[in-house]
Amino acid sequence: MDIFAKLTEVLADHTGRDASEFTADTTFESLGIDSLETVEMVMELEEELDTELELDEKVSTVGELVAFIEKKIAE
Amino acid sequence: MADLQGKVALVTGAARGIGNAIAAKLAENGANVVLFDLCPEETGVAAAQQIASDYGVTASFQRCDVSDYEAVQAAVKDVIKTYGGVDILVNNAGITRDKVLLAMSEQDWDLVLDINLKSMFNTIKACYRNFMKKKAGKIINISSVSGLMGNAAQANYTAAKGGVIALTKTVARELASRGVNCNAVAPGAIETPMTASMDQDALKALLATVPMGRMGKPEDIAECVAFLASDKARYITGEVIRVDGGIAM
Repeated sequence: MDIFAKLTEVLADHTGRDASEFTADTTFESLGIDSLETVEMVMELEEELDTELELDEKVSTVGELVAFIEKKIAE
Repeated sequence: MADLQGKVALVTGAARGIGNAIAAKLAENGANVVLFDLCPEETGVAAAQQIASDYGVTASFQRCDVSDYEAVQAAVKDVIKTYGGVDILVNNAGITRDKVLLAMSEQDWDLVLDINLKSMFNTIKACYRNFMKKKAGKIINISSVSGLMGNAAQANYTAAKGGVIALTKTVARELASRGVNCNAVAPGAIETPMTASMDQDALKALLATVPMGRMGKPEDIAECVAFLASDKARYITGEVIRVDGGIAM
């Protein structure tokens, strides 16, 4: 499953930007997304992925969040 | 009367005293209520049944030590599963272990902080995602005028209740943009089993400072909570409302 693609879709929805603009190094701060909105995005992904993903780590980039989700799914 | 028809309210410390009056008042206003308390099972079940039969709502009891993080996460998860979510969270559970600081043990301190303050972290955290998903919700934390003013022989209790106010304001700021209101109610001297067991000298001294000259009733607090839980209070957040007969004005 391509978590990166799924996340960038959600990000595009939240920011109004095109999904192709995001890279693993894109920071949420640069997109004006605060930690609470990051949690909201994770909750949206939970529904899509049909799994529970409690965000209990601080993530600041798209790549870090993808890695976090992949790790949680693998657990 | 506030319209809480169909809302789900979770009230901690709800088997007796102020918490029980709050649960009953929310039920009177149409809310289905879940009572958390550490009392014996039969006491809690009886309290829930009384509310259900008095007001024709669904009321249930869950025995839960609110100072136990894992227990609260599991209990709230159950409630969310059973009721489909929580709309109103009232953090009321509290105890006193009054002594002057010099005589206060570390255990007295930890126990009161755990039950009166940490418990609120536990329940709010357990409900946080539920509120974010709903983009709505009411959190009402019961503080105390002691948390505003300090009170001799209550270092643990006042520190916890002052902490409740700071916690309330922080949660209010975190969740304001998500449609969630978080407020605190600060009761003064209220006639409850807890104040009945308070150090009588401290209680007497407190009563002497009440401009209205009498103690309040649990229903006085419940009315304020019902208002804060309703849509009438939609533009109020991070507030501390004293219900104290004028003690702390």
